[in-house]
This record gives sequence, C-alpha cells and structure tokens, in this order.
Amino acid sequence: MSRGTLIDLLYLFSATTFILALKGLGSPKHARRGNMVAAFGMLVAVVATFFKYVDGHALHHVWLILLAMFIGLIIAVPTARFVKMTAMPQLVAIFNGVGGGAASLVSLTEFIHVKSSHPATYVILEVLLGVLIGTVSFAGSAIAFAKLQELMTGRPVTYPGQQIINAIVGLAALVLIITILVTASTSLLWVLLALSFVLGVIFVLPIGGADVPVLISLLNAFTGLAVAASGFTLGSNLLIVAGVLVGASGILLTRLMSKAMGRSLSNVLFSAFGSVVTASGATTRDDGRSVRSGTPEDIAILLGFSSRVVIIPGYGLAVAQGQHVLRELAELLEAKGIEVFYAIHPVAGRMPGHMNVLLAEANVPYEQLLEMDEANSELATADVALVVGANDTVNPAATDDPSSPIYGMPIIHADLAENVVFLKRSMRPGFAGIENDLLYNPKTTLVFGDAKDTLTKMVAAIKAN
Amino acid sequence: MGNVLLQYLTVLILTAFVGTEIIAKVPSILHTPLMSGSNAIHGVILVGSMLILGGATSNLQEVLGFLAVILATLNVVGGFVVTDRMLEMFKPRAKPTAPKSDEVAK
Repeated sequence: MSRGTLIDLLYLFSATTFILALKGLGSPKHARRGNMVAAFGMLVAVVATFFKYVDGHALHHVWLILLAMFIGLIIAVPTARFVKMTAMPQLVAIFNGVGGGAASLVSLTEFIHVKSSHPATYVILEVLLGVLIGTVSFAGSAIAFAKLQELMTGRPVTYPGQQIINAIVGLAALVLIITILVTASTSLLWVLLALSFVLGVIFVLPIGGADVPVLISLLNAFTGLAVAASGFTLGSNLLIVAGVLVGASGILLTRLMSKAMGRSLSNVLFSAFGSVVTASGATTRDDGRSVRSGTPEDIAILLGFSSRVVIIPGYGLAVAQGQHVLRELAELLEAKGIEVFYAIHPVAGRMPGHMNVLLAEANVPYEQLLEMDEANSELATADVALVVGANDTVNPAATDDPSSPIYGMPIIHADLAENVVFLKRSMRPGFAGIENDLLYNPKTTLVFGDAKDTLTKMVAAIKAN
Repeated sequence: MGNVLLQYLTVLILTAFVGTEIIAKVPSILHTPLMSGSNAIHGVILVGSMLILGGATSNLQEVLGFLAVILATLNVVGGFVVTDRMLEMFKPRAKPTAPKSDEVAK
C-alpha cells in the first residue's frame, strides 16, 4: 500500500470517529466517551499529516509546525481548564472564532500558493467562500465574546441607516467576489478579507444579548462550512466531512433554538428587539397593583409544607453562583420526602442547554431535570413553583398578550402551580426587557436579594426546623 | 476536473444527511456539549493548516500558515478540553446504598 493511500485510510478512520462522537452525544452515558473517541481520531489525523507529501515532497517547516502547536497548546489548555462554568458560552464563542480564522487563513494561503498555476474558476470560488465565511465567523465570534464577557453592552447596538449600511457592505462583498472570480487578483482578495471582517462585526452588533446563544450556534455552523470550503480547495475529504457535519449540526441547532423562542431565525438576526424596554422599576404599577414580598424564612416554611416543588432556574441563578446552594436546598427537601424537580427552559442561560450544564456542575442528578413540556404537565399538580433568577421564560405575556415582543415563545407555566415564588434581585425586567405580569399575581410571593444569599438563608431555616 | 469536484460534492451531500439525521436525536440537555463538541470537530482545520505551512514556498505563506496552525490548535485543544469538562459533570445520580460488587472488592 502506498504512503498516500495509508494516510487517506487513517483520515477515513478519523472522519468515522467524528460521526461516532456526535452519535455518542445522543445520551449522557456515552457522550463523554464519544468526545474522547473524536479527540483520538483527531490525534490520528494530525500524526498522519506529519507523514504526508505536499507537492511531491515531505512537509517543510516541521519545527515551525510543532512550535505553533506548542504555542496554541499552552494558551488553550489552561484557559479551557480553569475558566468558570458560567463563562463557558464566551469560551465556546472564542474557540469557534479562531477556528473560523484558521479556515480563512488556510483558504487565503492556498490561493497565493496555487495562483501561479492559473486555477479553475470553481477553485477560486471555494477560496472566496472559505475566506468570506471564515472571516465573518471570526469577527462575529469576537463581538459575541465581547458581549458575553461584558466588554461591551449586551444590548443591541443600533445606529441610523443601519439596514442600508449593512446592505451596502453585503452588496460590496458580492461585487468583489464576482470581480475576483473574473480577475483572480490577490490584492482584491485582501480587500475581501477586510470587508468580510467588517461584515462579521456589523452583522453581530445589532443582535441583543438574549439572542447570542442562537448566534453562537449559527457562527459555529459558519466555521464548519468555512472548513468544508477549505476542504474543497485542499482536496481533503476529511475536512469536507468534518466541516459539513458541524455545518449541518449548527444549522439544525440554530433552527431548534429559534423555534424554542417562538421566533423565526430572520427575526432573531435582523430585528434588534431588545430596544423596546419599558422598565418601571417600581413595586407599584400605574393601575395600582402591587407585589407581595416575603422573607426567606417564610418561603422555607411554605416549602416545608409542600409535597411537590418545581424549581425553575434562570441565568440569574448562575450569575449569583447559587447552583450549589440550590442543590443543597433540594436535597434537604427530598430528605423530608418532598418531590423536587427542575424545570429547564430550552433557552435558559446563554446557550442551548446551558442551564443543564450549570446544574450538572453542581451535581444535580440529570434525572431530576425536566424539559419544558414535561415540566408543564408536572406544574399543574405542584404546590410551589420556585423561580430562581428567571423571568422571561415564565412570562405569561408570551401566551396571553399578542402585542408583547415575546408573544409566541413557549414558556414554562409557573402560573399553574398552587404558589409561585420568585427569587429576584430587583423589579427590573429580564434580559428581553419586558414586564412580567406573573409578578403581580395574587399567588406570587417575591423575595428580593441576591439569589445565593436568599437560598442560603432558606437552607438554614429548613435545617433549624 | 469534473470527476474530482463531483466526488467532493457527493461526500458533501451524503455527510449533510448523515449529520442531520444523527443530530436531530440529541436531547436538549446535551445541546451545549453538542455545540462545544462540534466546535472541537471543526478544529480539524488544523490538518489543513499543517499542510499549508508544510507546503509554504514564500515568507508570506509561512507567516499565514504559522498563524493558522496556532489558531487551529487553540480551536481543537480548547474545544475538546471544554467539552470534556462539561460532560464530566453529567453523571447519573450516585446510589450510595447499593455499591457495586467490584467496588466492594477493592
């Protein structure tokens, strides 16, 4: 067997491990092993590549390659190991972004490399798509990172004539692509690189913080497609398979998430809805309705006399770092023979399934985590719905009020429970900036303060009884 | 030209279907690890970056290739480590009352 065939076989093996890994992610039991399998497949592919011939000679610059890998390694491992779980979304965003950047550079460099041999038009098209999509993903992820890391405002950034400016930049990119296809000019390719960067930035700026999870998922798909485009240019089946797998998963996931928010993808991307904020910030509203507030001790007693409690966590819980105390509270209640479930909204947190990860980190057994539909059927028979740091995901306006910006979003029906308890920092509305009528419902009790402090007091009160 | 391109397109189309089929079955509690895991998988661009740097014939290509290998390594290593950290935490409920026989033997 020739060297080339053997390497291609190893690549085929790697591609298979990637598919198996995604299959493994179908159940919590096999997910971790699946990830390990993919990592092993990746290692095989990388080692095999060291023995590959390019243009009829062995790889040049092997030491440079190893040095670059070493630099990447010493940055990536500590970052990935020690970043807090709440910061996970921005970490995924940035690792996704650098992947897009790499894909863009690969396409660009390959173009410079093969340009003298007058490549066919379809090769140039592959290069252009790789550069365009990869760079948009890189720049977009960088902005998403800045929003999540709170280096810049999480609110949508809007300015007059935004739609028109975006359209002009998009059109300019298109014209540029056609020109390069005809002229095969390298200098214009650099212009496209810069323009794609601008496109990535202005594409992400108007997307509000609450929609960033959908965005990251989409950018993940972009990077996958950019990798697939480089695969075409380099003639590598491995890159095509891996890139398309990620592209398909990212697009599917993006659609599932927009559906979970009851909105179309184009609405998420182009509407900048976070700007319609109407926060009164007072405990009394114009119509005179007021809220009822209680102490942690009151709630502890209420919980102690319940037989079925559903906990509805939101991002506020993660911000307060209250997951561990919450789990402690749930365990105490269970020890008293009270049934406890967690109702997880698909977009709770800042990524799809983010809340599950945060609770899993706090050792909450995943059997207790109910998905939205399941949770809603349990809530009707629940004594207490304990809403911790969530707001929009339990806002009945999504089903009752057609004028509400979140109308149509599926919610967790906390209002079905006998009693509703909100642990809230203040009367400020949630991420989407919309008032929540449930707060004024007679069966609702509010406990103001830091979620972690409140939960700690509740735990102490239950222990004392 | 036509045959090679057609072969790649065939791979593309088939993979797209395989990917969609597999992923549609992933439960929503695993969506974040899925995103992170697929993020690691597109780190395979590292292979492409190595080929670029290994075939570089000018200083410019060397610089771009070097950068690409660094970025791709960040993607691949960071992606797998983060995913592993997430999945490590998805453990079934521990059952302290009934230890497995092999654990008792230890």
